[in-house]
Amino acid sequence: MATAVAHEAPATRSVLWSWITTTDHKRIGILYGVTAFAFFLLGGLEALVIRLQLARSENDLVSADMFNQLFTMHGTTMVFLAIMPLSAAFFNYIVPLQIGARDVAFPRLNAFSYWVFLFGGLILNSSFIAGPLFGAGSLSVAPNAGWFGYANLTSRAYSPGANIDFWVLGLQILGVASLAAGFNFIVTIVNLRAPGMRLMRLPVFTWMTLVTQFIVVTAFPVITIALVFLMFDRFFGTNFYSVSAGGDLLLWQHLFWLFGHPEVYILILPAMGIVSEVLPTFSRKPLFGYAVVVYSGLLIGVMGWGVWSHHMFSVGLGPIPDSVFAATTMLIAIPTGVKIFNWLATMWGGQLRFTTAMLFAVGFIAMFIIGGLSGVMHAAPPADLQQTDTYFVVGHIHYVLFGGAIQGIFAGIYYWWPKVTGRLMNERLGRVHFTLSFIGMNLAFFPMHFIGLLGMPRRVYTYGPELGLDTLNLVSTVGALLIGVSVLVFLVNAWRTRRHGDIAGNDPWGAATLEWTIPSPPPAYNFTVIPEVVSRLPRWSRTQMKAIPDVPPEPVHVPGGSYWPIVAAAGLAGMAVGALFHTLWVVLAAAAVLVVAIYAWAFEPFEV
Amino acid sequence: MALLRGQTQTALALGALMMWVVGCQGPFPQSTLAPTADFGAHIDDLFRWIFWFAVAVFVVVEALLVYVLIRYRARPGAPEPERVHGNTLLEIGWTMVPAIILILIAAPTIQTIFRTDGTPAEGALEVDVIGHQWWWEYRYPEFGITTANELHVQQGRQVSLRLTSQDVIHSFWAPRLGGKRDVIAGRTNRLAFTPDSVGVFLGQCAEFCGESHAKMGLRVMVDAPEDFAAWVERERSAPAPAESLSALARQGLEAFRLVREPASNSCIACHAVQAVSFGVLGPNLSHVGGRTTVGAAALPNTPAGLAQWLRDPVAVKPGSKMPRIGLTEDEITALVAYLQGLR
Repeated sequence: MATAVAHEAPATRSVLWSWITTTDHKRIGILYGVTAFAFFLLGGLEALVIRLQLARSENDLVSADMFNQLFTMHGTTMVFLAIMPLSAAFFNYIVPLQIGARDVAFPRLNAFSYWVFLFGGLILNSSFIAGPLFGAGSLSVAPNAGWFGYANLTSRAYSPGANIDFWVLGLQILGVASLAAGFNFIVTIVNLRAPGMRLMRLPVFTWMTLVTQFIVVTAFPVITIALVFLMFDRFFGTNFYSVSAGGDLLLWQHLFWLFGHPEVYILILPAMGIVSEVLPTFSRKPLFGYAVVVYSGLLIGVMGWGVWSHHMFSVGLGPIPDSVFAATTMLIAIPTGVKIFNWLATMWGGQLRFTTAMLFAVGFIAMFIIGGLSGVMHAAPPADLQQTDTYFVVGHIHYVLFGGAIQGIFAGIYYWWPKVTGRLMNERLGRVHFTLSFIGMNLAFFPMHFIGLLGMPRRVYTYGPELGLDTLNLVSTVGALLIGVSVLVFLVNAWRTRRHGDIAGNDPWGAATLEWTIPSPPPAYNFTVIPEVVSRLPRWSRTQMKAIPDVPPEPVHVPGGSYWPIVAAAGLAGMAVGALFHTLWVVLAAAAVLVVAIYAWAFEPFEV
Repeated sequence: MALLRGQTQTALALGALMMWVVGCQGPFPQSTLAPTADFGAHIDDLFRWIFWFAVAVFVVVEALLVYVLIRYRARPGAPEPERVHGNTLLEIGWTMVPAIILILIAAPTIQTIFRTDGTPAEGALEVDVIGHQWWWEYRYPEFGITTANELHVQQGRQVSLRLTSQDVIHSFWAPRLGGKRDVIAGRTNRLAFTPDSVGVFLGQCAEFCGESHAKMGLRVMVDAPEDFAAWVERERSAPAPAESLSALARQGLEAFRLVREPASNSCIACHAVQAVSFGVLGPNLSHVGGRTTVGAAALPNTPAGLAQWLRDPVAVKPGSKMPRIGLTEDEITALVAYLQGLR
């Protein structure tokens, strides 16, 4: 460090400014993580209000419209503002370290992605307090047509307020963030691998990131098209989703689910990648069937495109399409099952150490099985006719997305926290967090299967006592509250250990991959010299890689910061705000800011 | 299959015991697990078949997981585990086993898809179902009957529903009779079932359709053949002439006919009563007195329930298209007498 290492931001500027202008993938990863976790807490609070409203029949904690806003925002928030960007936090922080790179391929585009995501999330959530600005009768005008926003409920005729405008504009902005990040990570993983890091030596987490990003760049254009149609219908009076003008309402559903099902894999594949890192480390054994796990991930990514109509078995597509989509949906269970068996075989014969990260990884396997099996049940269209749009499916998705994705993400947080902060999390609090979360999720989500099979539809703000479902719903609510408590335990743990935890050192776990060869937290330039990779598990294999010196042998250039990404992102957000208020000059002015910022960014001197 | 049935009964009994333990309050009127029509029964058979495979896979995999966790937990001083990288035979094995299970599930699935695709048999009772925010309209072309929310069908005679929507997407679902089918503007979907038991079966809209989606209930009244014939007869009969009404009911008729300010607050703007009015935006009330509920099963059709609805429909059903009209208590009493007399 004594040599002339260019630090990230000029030392004269404030700390805040250095974060605003940062292009360091590690800092952007932290920004993604903190922001997404804040949205996760918000989405969780929404879920708690939903559960409290449903704790007993004919409850009146919130109004019908408020309830509809809450479940719409809970779904939208958890999918687009929590799970996706929490995964993005890991992509940002971990992937360059795992492939032996100094940063991502396009550091400023990376910063741009983050700021666009932040502004998109803020615009969406500002709808909770924006009512008076739109002359609405209530404080809150949050989106209220479900996270799936089926046409034609979302048309001006049936949703005249600003609610759906927030949704259609907010999601388009978030799509820009996801697409920019998607291209960035594809280029990074393909081009910036250290010498010797062949594709089949990539850590599985990086592999799953690559697959995920290919799905992102192919799936997001589809929903963007659907949203642009909707925006034109709402703002300019076109008739894409207007039945009286000859539109077909199923157009929206096909476009939405053609995006929406790959989206499920966007949410779950990164978590599968994390689990595939954590299990080998704490079993002291390499991943069983590395190639098979990688190929099954690829296969899931490809097959995920051929199953979308299983969300539409009740719309009456006819017996032939229903049969075809049932078959493809059942097929996709095979590569998923293969992954589970490979994880079990990884642990078989190992020396299992039950750290909190390992507990969450094992919890992922145990719970994801339940979500997978209930998924096979409604892969059968006739059974789905009873289960779709009921709490059975709510139970299913929460076993996949909470039991799966969120537990995987927590496994990743506990696993890489020492790399990011240099300090270990408290394992005792971690075990309390895991235990409460595990009990809570099963209390909250398992009864939902029965609630659905016994006839309660989803998205109802109330239900009658005659359904006989009060007790089961109460149990579910208690479980949800327990999950809330478990998250509080995690927050305490994170707050205390970020400064006062035990010092981690380079590699507290005895792990195999490259990120553990460098200090925790890593210096701005990551690697003093770019490592030469000679095996898939550099720290475990007998053929030792060349040691990485502690001090850079020659000066390392690290790109300085840039404020143009945040300016460009602000321009994009300003266009959406102008559109919300139907004010053309604001849209044009904000577009000008965007164009100027991109131009200035393109010609900014910037050393990589 | 017979053996499987036996196991199913045992497991159901166990399940029922579990439900009783958690203290559920008795029968579940919208249960998908107690079908009373062929449609529901086909689905139920398929579901149980898949269910047992799922249980078997669940038990095997979770047991393996628990075994691994206990057997291979780290022990101090144990040697470093062997660095196994994979095993091709095992990989093939655990690809084939799920594939075989899925084939065993897929075959009856596809059979059931074709068995339940809604194609009506000869002589089925045709009913047009039209979804509205937030109520159901039923038309019986065979009898020229239009009614709402309570679907009368005949035990043992197949019913063929032709479903479409007047506004947003809804989904018709009476769980004990069978699966749901979406009700979509611009499309006509089909649903067919043959009810096998007399009774009242609850259902509700299953596709989110706006503010009062939760209050878009429905009832399917499965009548014995003679009761169904009597119901058809009543629905087809002309209303009692105004002269034969009681004084109170006649006041109600006047209140019903009254053109209010604004005109959209008038009953007749939206509701049809045979020989009185032609409104089509709301339910046809020609025989509303014969129904057991009002407001799409939101309230019982008792004098108190109907009065509550007339007083403030928006409080019962948020966002209701029927506005708070500001009827006087006298008008409400008279309207209740009139409407409940329309049988």
